[in-house]
Amino acid sequence: MPDDMNQIKGGVHQAVAHDSAARHVSGSAIYVDDIPEPRDLLHAYMGMSDRAHARIKKLDLSEVEAAPGVVSVLSARDIVGENDISPAHTKDEPVFAAEVTEFVGQPLFVVGAETRDQARRAARLAKVDYAELPAITDLDAALAKKATVAPPQELKRGNAAAAIEAAPHRLSGRIRTGGQEHFYLEGQIAMALPGEGDEMRVFSSTQHPSEVQQSVARVLGLADNMVTVETRRMGGAFGGKESQPSLFATVAAMVARDAGRPAKIRPDRDDDMIMTGKRHDFIIDYEVGFDNAGRILGVDYKLASNCGYSADLSAAINGRALFHLDNCYYLPAARMKALPLKTNRPSNTAFRGFGGPQGMAAGERVIDEIAFALGLDPLEVRKRNLYGVGERNETPYGQIVEDNVIPEIIGELEKSADYAARRREIAGFNEKSPYLKKGIALTPVKFGIAFTARHLNQAGALVHVYTDGSIHLNHGGTEMGQGLMTKVAQVVAEEFQVDLEHVVVSAARTDKVPNTSPTAASSGSDLNGKAAQLAARQIKDRLTAFAAEHYEVSADSIEFLPNRVRVGNQEIPFPDLVQQAYMARISLSAAGFYKTPKIHFDFETGQGRPFFYYAYGAAVSEVTIDTLTGEYRVDRVDILHDVGRSLNPALDLGQIEGGFIQGMGWVTSEELVWSDDGRLLTHAPSTYKIPTCGDRPRDFRINLLEGAANREDTIYASKAVGEPPLMLALSVLHALSDAVASVGRHKTCPRLDLPATPEVILAAVARVRGEAQDD
Amino acid sequence: MRNSIKFLLGSEPRELSGIDPTLTVLDYLQQIERRTGTKEGCCEGDCGACTIVVGTPDGDRLQYRAVNACIMLAASLDGCQLLTVEELAGADGKLHPVQQAMVAAHGSQCGFCTPGFVMSLFALYQETDTAPEVEDVNDALAGNLCRCTGYGPIITAARTMHDLADGPDKFEQGIKTTLEALRSLADEETIHIQGPDGRVLYAPASLDALADLLAEHPDATLVAGATDVGLWITKALKKLDTVIWLGRIAALRGVRETDAGLEIGAMTTYSDAAAAIAALYPDFGEVIRRIGSVPLRNVGTIGGNIANGSPIGDTLPPLIAAGATLILRRGGTRRSLKLENFFIGYGKQDLKAGEFVESVILPRPAPDTRLYCYKISKRFDQDISAVLGAFSLKITDGKVEAARIAYGGMAATPKRASATEAALVGKAWTRETVEQAVESLRKDFTPLDDMRASAQYRMQVAGNLLLKTWLESQSDGADGLETRIMPTRETANA
Repeated sequence: MPDDMNQIKGGVHQAVAHDSAARHVSGSAIYVDDIPEPRDLLHAYMGMSDRAHARIKKLDLSEVEAAPGVVSVLSARDIVGENDISPAHTKDEPVFAAEVTEFVGQPLFVVGAETRDQARRAARLAKVDYAELPAITDLDAALAKKATVAPPQELKRGNAAAAIEAAPHRLSGRIRTGGQEHFYLEGQIAMALPGEGDEMRVFSSTQHPSEVQQSVARVLGLADNMVTVETRRMGGAFGGKESQPSLFATVAAMVARDAGRPAKIRPDRDDDMIMTGKRHDFIIDYEVGFDNAGRILGVDYKLASNCGYSADLSAAINGRALFHLDNCYYLPAARMKALPLKTNRPSNTAFRGFGGPQGMAAGERVIDEIAFALGLDPLEVRKRNLYGVGERNETPYGQIVEDNVIPEIIGELEKSADYAARRREIAGFNEKSPYLKKGIALTPVKFGIAFTARHLNQAGALVHVYTDGSIHLNHGGTEMGQGLMTKVAQVVAEEFQVDLEHVVVSAARTDKVPNTSPTAASSGSDLNGKAAQLAARQIKDRLTAFAAEHYEVSADSIEFLPNRVRVGNQEIPFPDLVQQAYMARISLSAAGFYKTPKIHFDFETGQGRPFFYYAYGAAVSEVTIDTLTGEYRVDRVDILHDVGRSLNPALDLGQIEGGFIQGMGWVTSEELVWSDDGRLLTHAPSTYKIPTCGDRPRDFRINLLEGAANREDTIYASKAVGEPPLMLALSVLHALSDAVASVGRHKTCPRLDLPATPEVILAAVARVRGEAQDD
Repeated sequence: MRNSIKFLLGSEPRELSGIDPTLTVLDYLQQIERRTGTKEGCCEGDCGACTIVVGTPDGDRLQYRAVNACIMLAASLDGCQLLTVEELAGADGKLHPVQQAMVAAHGSQCGFCTPGFVMSLFALYQETDTAPEVEDVNDALAGNLCRCTGYGPIITAARTMHDLADGPDKFEQGIKTTLEALRSLADEETIHIQGPDGRVLYAPASLDALADLLAEHPDATLVAGATDVGLWITKALKKLDTVIWLGRIAALRGVRETDAGLEIGAMTTYSDAAAAIAALYPDFGEVIRRIGSVPLRNVGTIGGNIANGSPIGDTLPPLIAAGATLILRRGGTRRSLKLENFFIGYGKQDLKAGEFVESVILPRPAPDTRLYCYKISKRFDQDISAVLGAFSLKITDGKVEAARIAYGGMAATPKRASATEAALVGKAWTRETVEQAVESLRKDFTPLDDMRASAQYRMQVAGNLLLKTWLESQSDGADGLETRIMPTRETANA
């Protein structure tokens, strides 16, 4: 029997290539900027505020209007609908500042011109008369002022204060986690095409086409059904295109509507970085009580996050930070508070991990502190605090950790990475080497899967089978590089038992699948895979019923085999059966709809089951630092990660490796520097340093946890993989900490804040060495 | 005079006239050719999404080099073959081995950086016959940022691309035709491009023509590799009225060995100067390897780095410490001066109107003298220095006989540490001497805080680098202990 009769090509669990791989490498994959430009296209560019906080006394756009090629100049007063693009409907995020500007880079107006160069030059010609207002330009100032963009949040379990008070040991401290620029390689972009009457079609590089649709409609004063948004693919997103694209799509649509011509906007990289939100920087204060074995008895966390000028998604991000303070550790008593603080900065937004990394960084710091306080190996303290299986398994928010595989992961990884022997070798190395020092650390990850906003846990898909047997697949998920289109197509191929090449995925479009959720929270394949499966099964059921009737056999005798269908005693090629079904007037199109079961959460009591399940992983990192310069390198990283039964191991490994390196950037070289008056100074890759090829660990070993089917009913027992691996990079931070600690004979916790740039490392070396001498 | 530029786009001849004189190659591709495979990621030469490959005749072969299209003037394509990602696949659509390797290794995720990586890999493919070492791959790809993959699969692609070769690729097969076509484009005419708004670009082909043009247009902007001027165009939106592009003047290019040392033509690129410099001064070679990235080093020039006079120009401290001499020319007149005297203040050089940098003389190391260089930056590869220290020390019988120390990033110009030098010369070369000399750095420098580092860090590291110099001078490497966080390429390849 030929291979394609035994097994389909490209079914689930197979390591097939990304559906666009050949197009990527040939430069023929179409991004928004590559769509052939329509006739009469206008190019839009925005004029921005130059003040962190000021009243706009006068906005003089006369020179902008008079500039060569300018066709349309629009500001707040030209907005027909609502001047609001706040994603959580908090009404605090205008398209254009009208009376008061709240950050440097806030849009004031848009200009549409014949060429992009003309628009860009014209946008610089505005004369703005500002009356400066007091500005809060950093998190420390915000913490002093305590102005918030959303209500403070709290999670509680037991009496933390009493538990800490009664504990044999207590300590407290503070960790700062820096912001992070998404640095999607393709910047923000949108193109709007006016249609008949009020219709507006928008091509947007967005993770959330439905939100862009709603924003455009709201600002233009139209019903949602007048606006169609299409997203074929993004050149990277990482959360930075969850809520941020609304602005760009909206202003393109405004220009298009005003001029009656198509309009495109693509900001320059520097302006993109200046205008858009980033990962929230946090200050987290902690106090912990623990026993002689290093087991946490009670802990108190106070989180302060820099949300920027508006709420955006900050409430949910603060929530997820709280949900991940425990990481993999049982906290018998805990009090956790989050303050979403307002600053005069761009509104910080979603970024892979969505607050989780910041919470987890604090949780891991506390473990480190305990280890130093008791003179234990941090790994030992980690292990002693892990959630138990069947006991010590309730999270501070009341969810039972039912699927705990972390002890197994740590055990396996400790062995495969040879942790103990390497720790001894490193100690030996550090004895001999006067200036270069090594460090090693193992850190685990437990990440909750589901949107914490319950309503977002839904998805739709649309599947058509054409009469030649080819299949068209559409769903509400968007492709940003993660391979979602490939995975969902694999699901559909598997359902119909046809080779993957017969399934064509198409751009996300709000008129095909409506009311979609953002492709975010690592949920893309969980949600859309299930929805597509349900759509495919409807058609499959109809085909089965048809075949049973047509061939007069029982439905049980019908089986979808690779590329054919067994009907009783005969086998019919899939396309033939489809053709027959069509002739018999069977509907070959279906919409699937899925909602995640089991999840609920009471925000009043802070209790419930916000997550469907958890994804786990752990990493061991080894680093070398130079104690004369603070420079470092990552020598080796071993990862063991749980993706359930992988839908596509090649794509999952790509997510793990890429997420880890992105996380490594966050904990090491990616430093956002702001001036005192609220200007971003690192607004281009020349000054903002994401990891390069050479920063990759010299020795990098990644493995998927074997035999780890998801115990919940997820799509083919797989697990989400988008975000969790990013937090594995905390192992690099802790390895750096271990290396620094060696200069003080491991007596002092280095308390590394992040990003741990060479400058931070050098300062920590001096501090740790100084404290060791004071002893 | 010729009023157009001529080059090959793939195998097709192109002649452009009347274009905006500061049109970039990226804008040319996207706006005139409507080729969208070459991506814009940053428009400042720092992300590599726009990487293209430029072929130039080199004897009976073609030299293929990766460059950044975003800050390269279209005019500088004159006489070259321009290859974009769209050119690589065969006429039958079969992917080039480099592309096949990327697909097989799962080297793309979002795909936006991918064309740039493919082109950098293509240049590496042309330059190697077998799997390149990981270090060489890292070097070749340091200018390409990927935010999705974590790079591993791309490195795998680089290591396996030669395995997928199916005989000589179409570029190798077509080399004769390409060379002939390129040779037919070459002439000695001065190019004169006048844009729609009257701004002009000249590209003289000889030193004399350049001298004449400068006499006529003393305020013209001289453009070498455009790695800095490119940003004036793409970021500051400067409209340069008169531009003179120097890339066609053969006499300004190349390294000549003389009795005095190396005479490096101002238009010699970092890539072309690196080997000769590294042979004399290995640490200086390593500094050059860490300037920008391959695409930037393929166009950026030693003379441009000098004339630009940035306080963080990486070649300047090593050149000053090594005692380099600058040759300036104005019309028919030449003058020479010690390089350190060229830098007067921030952005101000001792350069008269109409005068240009012709070459720099890098002397051979004096006996018993060694040049130590250290570049410190937030990220190891493709970053701008926070501090760069260059230490030329002559140690005889345990005594410091001569010291020339220069730092970048510590003052408004690259600058010698005179007080520190004085604190060393004549003293025993001991740790105590070094520790005392470090104190003198405060007399030499008052560094600034900026986004790269704080003043305090700069000062502390500047001192520690002198200490590191001492430590390295004490070790012959026999103890097997590393002294640098990243081994220099020499060590890595040994």
